[in-house]
Amino acid sequence: METALKISLFIPCYVDQLSPHIGIAMVNVLERLGHEVNYPEGQTCCGQPAFNSGYFPEAKKVADHFLDTFADADLVAVPSGSCTAMIRKFYPELYQDSPQAKEVSELGGRVFEFTELLVNQLGVTDVGAKLNGTATYHDGCHGLRELGIQDAPRKLLENVQGLSLVEMDEAQSCCGFGGTFAIKFPQISTAMTQVKLGSATQTEADYLISGDPSCLMQIGGYFSRQKSSIQCLHIAEVLDQQ
Amino acid sequence: MSQSTNPTSQFQTDANRVTADVDRRSFLRSSLRGYQTTRNATQDRFLNYESARIAAGDAKWEAIENLDVYLAQFADKLEARGATVHWCSDSEEAREAILDIIKQHDAKSVIKSKCMTTEEIHLNDLLEKEGFEVVESDLGEFIVQLRDEAPYHFVFPAMHLKKEEINTLFQEKLKSINTDDPEELTMVAREVLRQKYLSADIGISGANFGVAETGMISITENEGNARLTTSLPKVHIALMGIEKIIPRLEDLALMLPMLATAGTGQHLTCYNSQLGGPRQDDEIDGPVEMHVVLLDNHRTRLLADPEQRDALRCIRCGACLNVCPIFKNVGGHTYGTTYQGPIGSVITPHLRGLKDWKHLSHSSSLCGACSETCPVKIDLHHHLLRNRRDAAGKGQGGLAEKTLMLGFTIVMRRPWLYRLTGRLGKLGHVLTKPIHGTRIDPFYAWKKTRDLDDPAKQSFKQYWKSRK
Repeated sequence: METALKISLFIPCYVDQLSPHIGIAMVNVLERLGHEVNYPEGQTCCGQPAFNSGYFPEAKKVADHFLDTFADADLVAVPSGSCTAMIRKFYPELYQDSPQAKEVSELGGRVFEFTELLVNQLGVTDVGAKLNGTATYHDGCHGLRELGIQDAPRKLLENVQGLSLVEMDEAQSCCGFGGTFAIKFPQISTAMTQVKLGSATQTEADYLISGDPSCLMQIGGYFSRQKSSIQCLHIAEVLDQQ
Repeated sequence: MSQSTNPTSQFQTDANRVTADVDRRSFLRSSLRGYQTTRNATQDRFLNYESARIAAGDAKWEAIENLDVYLAQFADKLEARGATVHWCSDSEEAREAILDIIKQHDAKSVIKSKCMTTEEIHLNDLLEKEGFEVVESDLGEFIVQLRDEAPYHFVFPAMHLKKEEINTLFQEKLKSINTDDPEELTMVAREVLRQKYLSADIGISGANFGVAETGMISITENEGNARLTTSLPKVHIALMGIEKIIPRLEDLALMLPMLATAGTGQHLTCYNSQLGGPRQDDEIDGPVEMHVVLLDNHRTRLLADPEQRDALRCIRCGACLNVCPIFKNVGGHTYGTTYQGPIGSVITPHLRGLKDWKHLSHSSSLCGACSETCPVKIDLHHHLLRNRRDAAGKGQGGLAEKTLMLGFTIVMRRPWLYRLTGRLGKLGHVLTKPIHGTRIDPFYAWKKTRDLDDPAKQSFKQYWKSRK
């Protein structure tokens, strides 16, 4: 067993409100691995909705609040590649030329998406989870292209007892969410998810797993509307299965 | 596609139509799938494709950062060999320059090889209005010209058409035999085009690169039509955007394979020609006159933007379109721009105005597949984000959006207010139940095609409190 670490949780706003079970699953896995988990209670949102819409000064104000809340955290676990990318990749853009630039980039180095935290920081690839069935993994774009997360979730899933992993066609194609894009251009957004449903269905998988709750909101929302039998799960939920 | 409607609503309407056409979308996707497979195989044959991308980006960067020097060198060398160089600051000037040359020669017919820059300045419309016969000699361009359509994709202009549709078109317009065999269809077009080359007075081409060191334009193609266009007629006019410059001849050794690989998945295209002037005294063929028309048309506006000027590195390979999930699902015509796909969405607001074209920055999920594939490493998807920032900064997002964002900031900076909003949201959810799923549901844009989970009974924050 590795030394127990103090890990702060960042539970993104929409996970807090709509799918807290994802956050709870992450807590269970981290605690089962023997780590001490804490939850800075002042937390709200990383600011991405404003940033993504082009409202950078507004996003920065929300980022200021995030910085205050997590200033003392040694290590931050986030169950979302997208919010992690916001903090690690895009905060530095918001704070360039500001006195806090250094603080921001240092904090970025302590914030990790859940699977990269497990595999790259904690050195864990087998969390002792069990789930029977076939699964396919959807790479969220922010995790994949902004943070370079690709192998970590697959390594973790390969070690889930009873689970076999099948790659779907164009696993790395966007699911169609894209934040406000999904609302501003619902027809394009939905067409992209329709393609995803086709690829996932072809694999005959029981589960579609992703590391990004926002992709799952999009994919799950469309799959359930189309009455697909594929169950959409966050990777934390899978790793929490005993 | 009509010019009178506003570009944003035209985009939305066309996107509605194309996304509903499942058959056309899967046809597009399967064509691009073939491209992706061959491109990947060709990329794998590079010793190190990533370093090739860096080197190609650097070569273009050097040219863009020293454009004043290299353009002057390019023009001097060309003029020394008897070519005429025309400096045009906008479409109007370029159109006039070209029209003047054509009129001076009492020309009747013009043959063109593929050139998106002529699309940018709407040259064909003008020449046809002036009574000249204009024939596109690239097969794809020839097809869309017969259909009176704009190119669908700036590298594959007719990629949206199935061979059966081309058969019908050729029968109708060219009195062709009934065949959907691609080779036979090509021969039909070739028959028509060969005659046109011989009778054309003027040949108009573009340029893929302008080599500053030697004063040559470089043209990349697969059909041999650009060679005929630039050598058979007695006058050759090349229209070239000022960003097409590269510093040295040896840069072509990298740029030509990069363009071919990223563009079509070939190691090299079938033909690559370098042209450095009209027929010289000791030469037996070639045009008697050569004109190179250099076009700015707001490229210098992009050059003046230190954040986004790397977009001028673009070699118009089209790779970003081919991997873009938006392009794959809305097709090329929906953009309503000369340059479609991610690069078009980045540069069009700079070339034609942010106010009318900012929707292109928003009609992206910012997935980053474009930046990942770009052979000269343009930061495409982040530029879309920067265009969004600039539009919002100018208040172009509208008052409602601005107010929403202000509200968002106020709530997210105050944990108590965030908690309260969460509770109000739950209450609101219960109260609005009767309208859920209807058109007046505030989440209608989402719920029309997607389910949405109800707010959780207990938020994570409440869960955390309860476990203490």
